[in-house]
Amino acid sequence: MIGTLVSFVDELRQVGVPVSMVEALDAASALEHTDLGDREAFRASLAATLVKNARHVATFDATFDVFFGMRAADSSGDEAVTAGDDVGAEPTGGGGGGPDAGELFDAIVAALASGDRDAVRTLARRAVSELSGIQPGRPVGGRYYYYRVMRRLGAESLVDRLLGATGDDGDDPLDARLRAERAQVAAESFRSEVRQEIIRRLVEDRGPEAVAQTLRSPLVEDVDLMHATREELARLDAVIAPLARKLATRLADRLRRGRRGRLDVRRTIRRSLEHGGALVAPKFKPPRVSKPELILLCDVSGSMATFARFTLQLTYAISHHFSRVRSFAFVDGIDEVTRYFGPGVDFADAVVDMSAGATLVWRDGHSDYGAALDSFLDRYGDVVTARSTVIITGDARSNYRDARPELVEELARRARALFWLNPESHRYWDTGDSVMSLYGPHCADVVEVRTLRQLERFVERVALHRRFARRA
Amino acid sequence: MSLWESPSEVATALERAGYLADPKIAQVVYLADRLEKPILAEGPAGVGKTALAVAIATAGGRRLVRLQCYEGLDEAKALYEWNYHKQLLRIQADEGRAWDTLEGDIFTRDFLLTRPLLEAISSDDPVVLLIDEVDRVEMETEALLLEVLDAFQITIPELGTMEARSRPIVVLTSNNTRELSEALKRRCLFLHITYPTAERERDILLARVPGLPERLATRIAEVVRSLRELPVRKAPSVSESIDWARTLLALGIEDVDAGVTADTINVLLKYQTDIDKALVTLGAPPG
Repeated sequence: MIGTLVSFVDELRQVGVPVSMVEALDAASALEHTDLGDREAFRASLAATLVKNARHVATFDATFDVFFGMRAADSSGDEAVTAGDDVGAEPTGGGGGGPDAGELFDAIVAALASGDRDAVRTLARRAVSELSGIQPGRPVGGRYYYYRVMRRLGAESLVDRLLGATGDDGDDPLDARLRAERAQVAAESFRSEVRQEIIRRLVEDRGPEAVAQTLRSPLVEDVDLMHATREELARLDAVIAPLARKLATRLADRLRRGRRGRLDVRRTIRRSLEHGGALVAPKFKPPRVSKPELILLCDVSGSMATFARFTLQLTYAISHHFSRVRSFAFVDGIDEVTRYFGPGVDFADAVVDMSAGATLVWRDGHSDYGAALDSFLDRYGDVVTARSTVIITGDARSNYRDARPELVEELARRARALFWLNPESHRYWDTGDSVMSLYGPHCADVVEVRTLRQLERFVERVALHRRFARRA
Repeated sequence: MSLWESPSEVATALERAGYLADPKIAQVVYLADRLEKPILAEGPAGVGKTALAVAIATAGGRRLVRLQCYEGLDEAKALYEWNYHKQLLRIQADEGRAWDTLEGDIFTRDFLLTRPLLEAISSDDPVVLLIDEVDRVEMETEALLLEVLDAFQITIPELGTMEARSRPIVVLTSNNTRELSEALKRRCLFLHITYPTAERERDILLARVPGLPERLATRIAEVVRSLRELPVRKAPSVSESIDWARTLLALGIEDVDAGVTADTINVLLKYQTDIDKALVTLGAPPG
């Protein structure tokens, strides 16, 4: 047990969950007071001692399933699986599908509709043994088998079938919505059973360490923003609001206690009365913070849109640190989009509204930095003053059009500071149509921002008005 | 000296105290008791973090000592303070005595004002110490707590170190408005409390709202769960769904449909933008 625990902790650390020595020891002593046969109690004990951040809970759960999922398999289920294995292995395996899969699918729908969890689990096992075609020793990731099972089952129609199976009980919109959600939840429970079963099989074959390695997914703050999957985007959406709030609290705290302002003569003398008029404790006025104006220029073409959204969201969360925030979006044309982002707005919605309402595409919808910057300076040039901090977000891929670096130089000359956020790994800058090095020298700093972690760090830096060394 | 023999015993005791704990919560409370470690409960507002501490106190038959955290909380408010006025009176009453003996007199426990942390430590009977909303104090103040949480002792320079006479069960709650320090988190058992499942919420409603028909409770739990799926600024908390159940009961409503929900939605959602969003999903005209 201790051996498995050690490699489990190792794996958590590999993924990036910080687990200290003390916490690992706590976990071991917690297990002394845990009923090891009860998987949820076991999971709770490890989670309470090893994971101290709500953002890491999902990662912990996934890793836990790999390492300790097997222990959940009751013996009767195992027999059924082995039996199924023999059957599945003989008739070509690859053929799969056919009438068998259809019948299985019907059974699954029926079990989900009636809410019989044990039946669902058994059927999920059957589906995996008959349809996944797992071959021992083949180093194929679990996701491959998962999609294979789902495809052969025709599982994309699962939600619809479930909706049909539960039948109509009135056309109240609330009823309709609840019914749809129930179907979603049921479908997800089946998917997760299949996923767990596949993981269990793979672990049996290769051991938990190897499987964990192939399934390893980054912590949400390390997810590559540009290439995030739909599931990762959902995770990002869930954490960005609390993250922004924490950032705002931290900044407020930092600014309040940072420097102190000028001597407050009135309060100092008043305070001195306590000490018979001796000036013991000087009082200071709160510091006067000079708030710069923030101007955001965001490339919102294609994959840049997600990145732009997170940047906007994080920036607006701390907008009270700036005297004013104005935002502009561009593809090959540019338009002011400040009006879409008010307090309390849902950013995903706002970005959709913005794409519908603002005219960002003037020609063919491929980003054109030269043209966009040209019309920005032309239409909004006087917005940029010596008090403005300008942030441009984009990959600097101008589709081989005229880059016009002199426009960036002009922008940098007018602004207090100009930053460029590039969501691509810096290894890819200047490859293909990227012209980062033409723009870079004019910026106060060019920052690679691929993850939420890096984005947060940058926004904090800007809000604290740290001076940056101009890049050579 | 442990209070409970098994996590299921914890769950039963908590249930008798009016708190329905899921197996995870029961297990962590059991561990806290066994390992003598504080619980750090984190989660959205209104999921019952504070209620958990209250329930533990009731279930264990212990007194609850509560330290409400706020910005600017300091040693004098959290740990102890010397009672200057009383000391001053003492000095004046004893005028003419040698300083040495006097000093020994005025720095004794008689002149100490105990604040929640010291009170929890020095109590003869074991207590439950609730440190509420610990994320509200500044990073530096957090350090004050470490000695208490770690060794259950408080050092007072004039008196020396005071050890706990009994081990309190400590519950810290946090609304996650800022990252707590590593040092604090390391010393705690972390309990992430989220919104309950629809089934558990139904049970909570039935336990907390007397006279609520089971069918209505099931329905309420489902609707609330559905509203939490929406991207709202403030999702309805458990306490709000209890309020809603009471409202519906008081209005004599037996079946919840879109119309009823739209009419009473302001019990659940507190921002106009959220209400509009929910009404759109329900198919009702906003406003």
